[in-house]
Amino acid sequence: MGKRVLLIEDEPNIIEAIRFILSRDGWTVETHADGATAVAAVDRKCPDVIILDVMLPNKSGFEILRELRAMPDHASRPVLMLTARGQQKDRDMAEAVGVSHFMTKPFSNTEMLDVVRRLAADASGQDDGHG
Amino acid sequence: MLRFNILVLVCISYATLLFVVAFWAEKRAEAGRLGWLRSPLIYTLSLSIYCTAWTFYGAVGYAVRSGLEFVTIYLGPSLMMIGWWWILRKLVRIGRTHRITSVADLISSRYGKSTTLGVLVTLLAVIGTTPYIALQLQSVALSFAVFGVNDPSGAVLPDLDKTALWVAAGLALFTSLFGTRNLDANERHHGVVTAIALEAVVKFIALIAVGLFVVWGLSDGLGDLMMRIDASPVAQHPIHGTRWIALTMLSAVALITLPRMFQVLVVENSDESHLFTAGWAFPLYLFGMSLFVIPIAVVGLEVLPAGSNPDMFVLTLPLHFDQRVLATLSFLGGFSSATSMVIVASIALSTMVSNHIVMPIWLSSRSGGAMVSGDVRGVVLSARRLSIFGVLALGYLYFHFSGGSEALASIGMISFTGVAQVLPAMVGGIFWRGATRVGAIGGVITGFVVWAYTMFLPSFGPAAGYTAEFLAQGPFGLTLLRPQALFGVEGVDPVVHAISWSMALNTVVFLVGSLLSFPRPVERLQGAEFVNVFEHSGSARSWSHGFAEAEDLLVMAQRILGPVEAQNLFQSEAERQGKEGYLPDTTPAFIERLEREMAGSVGAATAHAMLGQIAGGVFVSVEDLMAVADETAQMMEHSSQLEQKSVELARTARQLREANEKLTALSIQKDAFLSQISHELRTPMTSIRAFSEILREAGQTGDMDAESLERFSSIIHDEAQRLTRLLDDLLDLSVLENGQVSLNWARANLHDVIDRALNASSEAGGGNGLVVRRNELSEHIAIETDPDRLAQVFINIIANVRKYCDAETPVLQIHVRRTPDDRIQIDFIDNGSGIAKDKQAMIFEKFSRLTDHAKAGGAGLGLAICREIMVNLGGSISYLPGQGGAAFRLDLPRVRARD
Repeated sequence: MGKRVLLIEDEPNIIEAIRFILSRDGWTVETHADGATAVAAVDRKCPDVIILDVMLPNKSGFEILRELRAMPDHASRPVLMLTARGQQKDRDMAEAVGVSHFMTKPFSNTEMLDVVRRLAADASGQDDGHG
Repeated sequence: MLRFNILVLVCISYATLLFVVAFWAEKRAEAGRLGWLRSPLIYTLSLSIYCTAWTFYGAVGYAVRSGLEFVTIYLGPSLMMIGWWWILRKLVRIGRTHRITSVADLISSRYGKSTTLGVLVTLLAVIGTTPYIALQLQSVALSFAVFGVNDPSGAVLPDLDKTALWVAAGLALFTSLFGTRNLDANERHHGVVTAIALEAVVKFIALIAVGLFVVWGLSDGLGDLMMRIDASPVAQHPIHGTRWIALTMLSAVALITLPRMFQVLVVENSDESHLFTAGWAFPLYLFGMSLFVIPIAVVGLEVLPAGSNPDMFVLTLPLHFDQRVLATLSFLGGFSSATSMVIVASIALSTMVSNHIVMPIWLSSRSGGAMVSGDVRGVVLSARRLSIFGVLALGYLYFHFSGGSEALASIGMISFTGVAQVLPAMVGGIFWRGATRVGAIGGVITGFVVWAYTMFLPSFGPAAGYTAEFLAQGPFGLTLLRPQALFGVEGVDPVVHAISWSMALNTVVFLVGSLLSFPRPVERLQGAEFVNVFEHSGSARSWSHGFAEAEDLLVMAQRILGPVEAQNLFQSEAERQGKEGYLPDTTPAFIERLEREMAGSVGAATAHAMLGQIAGGVFVSVEDLMAVADETAQMMEHSSQLEQKSVELARTARQLREANEKLTALSIQKDAFLSQISHELRTPMTSIRAFSEILREAGQTGDMDAESLERFSSIIHDEAQRLTRLLDDLLDLSVLENGQVSLNWARANLHDVIDRALNASSEAGGGNGLVVRRNELSEHIAIETDPDRLAQVFINIIANVRKYCDAETPVLQIHVRRTPDDRIQIDFIDNGSGIAKDKQAMIFEKFSRLTDHAKAGGAGLGLAICREIMVNLGGSISYLPGQGGAAFRLDLPRVRARD
């Protein structure tokens, strides 16, 4: 069974692009567009990798990540943060709340794919014993 | 001889002239150009409705029957006017300060906004005035008949009853047209007042003309006339001292208690100083009206055939000598006297009936009190109109069933005495703080019962059970209760008997009732306000303990004052407080102002109750506060000063905080703006880059189906367009903000611009079933603007409605209005859930999208651009709260402002 990605993003065209790139590589891509219920969606789906946008309706990506990190189940779950806000303070903020990797939009497709693969591999290496 | 149909024609032309004059005056008033229409002269002339057909025709009849006694009818009001400083000035000041709308309102307000008193006085006024209105209809009908009888063809004998019905219907139409055109806060009717001023001139000239004709046409000048007077039976009537005193006092009282006189004297008064002029000019007018009464009576008796009705001498004398023009003028004079009285009386009565009977019933029949849905203003207007028709119908029915045979003067006297019963409560109320509601109610009821028993009912004769036997024996053989010899007082003139007993018992009950009862706090405070009106005019009850949401108040005020008036009021208050938009702070001063404005529409008691519900929460707390206020006035003054200071301090602190927030917000705004632009640009670029990489790769490997190829390229295309649009918007906004935009000023029809915008947005937005309601007739206004830019604003607003209106069937209403200062207001109101209060302030800011990106499909610059366009066009756009849905108001000058 292929690995699963949860894409939390609200721009339809960006969702379509990422879904295309990842599914071609054998990933199962699930999406979620609303900030307020994103944490619950992660809790339900327990994806291998999360791709998280920052400017989401109702709750920001930073906030979601902060909440996730406070939950034992998701404290070390790989999160790739993708954002159109590329200023240094945004990057600092992402680091502060515990991001696994930070990328600005627009991104290179291959680079994004590499990061997702690497995050998944790191995680499975770490969690070996648990399966 | 004059042909009857020519007379009808003259009469209709005259009525048309009155309509035109009233309409013209209303227009001038609306445009704020009242000029001399608001002069002491017009005020004085409007007071002349005191002289009804009773005085115009009836005074001569009175003189024939009782000699000089008719003079009392003129003497009383003259004395009252000359002494204006004592009573009238106080009444007018109270009326203006408390926005009093009628006699009933005055008395109800004075005694703690008592509903019972309002209803009582209204009933009294309606019962007392109905015969009087019937009398006017009768005199017009009679004067028509006089002409009909004299018609040379002899064939025309108009039906008295039908004539009266037509006259009543015409008057009802005129009155409901000009008496209820708007619910002005101060209840002034410029159209009506101007028309009755014209009628005053006509009747004055007519009576003087007939007099001159009698003295120099039918007699040989003054010397001859004097001899004829000496020889006439008119001079033989003895003078009864008590009757003179009683009648003079009664007429004086009538000047302030008759509903119609109160209307012109107090309610329609626009300037207290007009009283000064009226104080000498009105007695002069009355003097002129009475000057020729005796000569006409004497000569009429001498030359007209025996048995002629003396009440019609003013008309039959010129007719007898075939003076057609003079007879017509005299007819118009009588017509003017009758109609002006009926018009003002029915306005005054309809105000009372609707404010004190219809509105309280309507309000209490709604469980939610004031905050019910539905348009109160509409109810008030319909109530007024219905009341006007009702009052005139009553007058007509009275005429119809009474047969109209009594002498004119006796009906007038009965009416005067009836309405005079409010005098103790009125005068006591404005001069004596100890007067209470219980005393007032007791006095009015007592006076009313005695009057009805000794004067009103006897006028119906045996039909009402007043047989000769009843008069002689009293009810159940109780001689003490004989209607014309109450408590055994015999040998007194019946009129004097009725006046003195009703007024005396009324006053005694009023005094005793007041002394024995304890006033409620509201009464005591109102009593102090009324009695000491000159000491603290303008400072009505304090609302300082109220808490109210401005938006709730606006919603309510719109229902009562009408949307335009209410919005203007709120906006002007907000402006005064230095705030933008339509929602001022609900300061005590503002609520007070609002109460006064509303009192003009629904009466003081109702307005107070409605506001109390919203602002005060409950009545009792306000009353308690007032009780404390009344008893410990000094403490109150001290604490109110402190309170005012602390309120001021709080306000200053809030202003500082707001200014600070604004400054911080400004610097944050610049950062936020750049960051926003970055985000808005990067988002489409992300899609473009991702898909172009995908396509490039596919080009190298060649393994992509045609469908995906096409789909991905069109996404790239769409996103590129989105970028372009965003850049266009940004450039547009920056040009507009810097004022470097070049506008194409042109003349256009507003209707066409709206049409264009609706078409454009229905093409772009597709049909999501948006229903547009507009009044296309009102949109045809020639404007000078940049039509393309204005259309751009419309399109933007309409597109927003399509996107965000969440009603099941979205409806957009477009209202266009031209204001008196030549600006155009265009309201766009939808039926969705509107914009939350905390968001209303930010919607015009850049990038302020309230929902998620996907749905909006724009960068959130639309309303910001709209705002800049409107500023460039010399106008503004604002969010209009309290309309039920999202509502935007555009305001722009109709023509370009030249500098």
